[in-house]
Amino acid sequence: MTVTVDPALAGDARRERRFFLSLSLPALFIVGLAAILPILWIIRQSFLTTGGEYTVANYSKVLSSGLTWSALVTTLELSLGTLAICILLGTPLALALASARPRVANLLMAFVMLPLWTAILVRTYGWLVLLRRDGLINAALTGSGLTAEPLPLVYNFTGTLIGMVHYMLPLFLLPVYAAMRDIDPNLIRAAASMGATLGQVIRTVIMPLSAGGIFSGSVIVLIYSIGFFITPAVLGGGKVNPLSTRIERALSTFQDWGSASVLGILLLVLMALIGVMLLAARRLLAQNTVAASHA
Amino acid sequence: MKSLPITIDSVSKAYGSYVALDDVSLDIQAGEFLTLLGPSGSGKTTLLMALAGFVRPDSGKLLLGDRDITRLAPNKRDIGIVFQNYALFPHMNVLANVAYPLALRKTPRAEARQRALATLARVKLDGLAERNVAALSGGQRQRVALARAIVFEPRVMLMDEPLSALDKNLRETMQYEIRRLHDDLGITTIYVTHDQREALIMSDRIAVMNSGRIQQIDTPQRIYDRPSTRFVAEFMGEANIVAPGSVRRIDGAEASGETLMIRAESFHLDAKLVGSDAVALEGILRAKAFRGENWLLTLALDGGQEVLVCIPAALAGGCAELAAGQRMTAYAPAAKVHAIPGAMA
Repeated sequence: MTVTVDPALAGDARRERRFFLSLSLPALFIVGLAAILPILWIIRQSFLTTGGEYTVANYSKVLSSGLTWSALVTTLELSLGTLAICILLGTPLALALASARPRVANLLMAFVMLPLWTAILVRTYGWLVLLRRDGLINAALTGSGLTAEPLPLVYNFTGTLIGMVHYMLPLFLLPVYAAMRDIDPNLIRAAASMGATLGQVIRTVIMPLSAGGIFSGSVIVLIYSIGFFITPAVLGGGKVNPLSTRIERALSTFQDWGSASVLGILLLVLMALIGVMLLAARRLLAQNTVAASHA
Repeated sequence: MKSLPITIDSVSKAYGSYVALDDVSLDIQAGEFLTLLGPSGSGKTTLLMALAGFVRPDSGKLLLGDRDITRLAPNKRDIGIVFQNYALFPHMNVLANVAYPLALRKTPRAEARQRALATLARVKLDGLAERNVAALSGGQRQRVALARAIVFEPRVMLMDEPLSALDKNLRETMQYEIRRLHDDLGITTIYVTHDQREALIMSDRIAVMNSGRIQQIDTPQRIYDRPSTRFVAEFMGEANIVAPGSVRRIDGAEASGETLMIRAESFHLDAKLVGSDAVALEGILRAKAFRGENWLLTLALDGGQEVLVCIPAALAGGCAELAAGQRMTAYAPAAKVHAIPGAMA
């Protein structure tokens, strides 16, 4: 049996779909204008000499420089270090928040979110005050006799990492907390009733079910970390130089748009590679949880 | 499988000023199927969760066999639970869900798999072992939850309104199946429901709860026919609560007792069908409704009280012709007139 479709009704359906699609136009326009066009422009820049002729010299110059590769390593160290600390600190924190009573959870969440409402520059300089040789933390450490000498907490990798973790932790926490809060408490009760200890409940129920949130949080942290500039620039004291600070130097010190563009593309490629790796990791993770529970 | 008796000894639990359990005591025999029946907020689920270890009582004791489990962690109680929403692990397939408690017990993989498959067959889910739980129907999920709760051979089973999400036909099938499973396994079972019919069909004994207290605990028949309070009488079915003054006995003797309960379906319209010690209620027909298997008549007694009279369709030859406003008499055999011990409370 076939149904004859009234063309007027079919037209209505089409119009409805078109209307909802059209709602995305302003966003598409902005993305095109603010992201895609500049990227194309950067790709073009990377093949131009300062005189405006086409060349691959920018690439050979940047890629043969040891500074580029050390910047790449620093970028990876900072990003992965930040991510690792976020996972180690954020996952238990999210679990605590998700299992707290609603009122307590909201209060704790407000504390977590507070830093997000402060300008990043202010926060970064705040850390400077805390971490300096004569800063609050070192004053407390030496004053109480815990350490004889002030610890080198800032203008180095440690300081940069501390600042970055402070910025990234709430961003990581939000999706993880949301995922954990969505877990049906009866699943945890069911697991316990069947004999699971708290550790087993966390390992076999909570972690697999919040893997999606941890994954999202990790993606956010990595995306922000890879191109992070202010914190390494201020707290790194010139000694921590990821790709972002190299790009800034190429532009502001040498006005070398060609090299800066190549470095920018390097950053993009790095991000794409990490994205692919994360997707692969997630697929592997999904398979593993099913396999592992297949006792 | 050795099942154990359960003793609930003066257990109370309050949430602020709200008393969820008010000095509840209950003995459940080994292998018994006991139903906690009551309206929502009656405390039945709180009592179940206290047994499971998820609600900490304010006072009182819980014993499993001779063992005091009041302060024992939930994962050490060895109790199988079927939850209202099934609580199946969405990240595991059917087999992994059922094998989960065995995996926790470090059962060798092959043995766990074999036992899980055997349990799945027992609940008629053969062939669905590799299925994702999201791909199952409500009834199938219910069976997986059941399999998961019995696969590790717990000594007690708790079920929290396990059938409330299923449609009527499936619910009735599952009632018989759960009961048969219980009879096969002989496992002490506490079943929570607000459906009085379900409680009657499934239970060895029913504990009717209201406002955190057990109103009556008895066999289904006695709960239905001989309720000890007005609440139980009305909760279990269409009950008419009348004062002895509103009825007369056919033989002229005084009707005894303070408060009488007559179930709607105890009535006959034909005096020849009841004995000479039957009671008669006279009144005016207010309304009538055809309900398929029976007719429901609403009779207004002379005092103004309304009485529900339920006549099986097979015996209700004349019901269709009855007209509202007409005067009529309904008869109930003496055996079906129950004097509620409590006053007109």
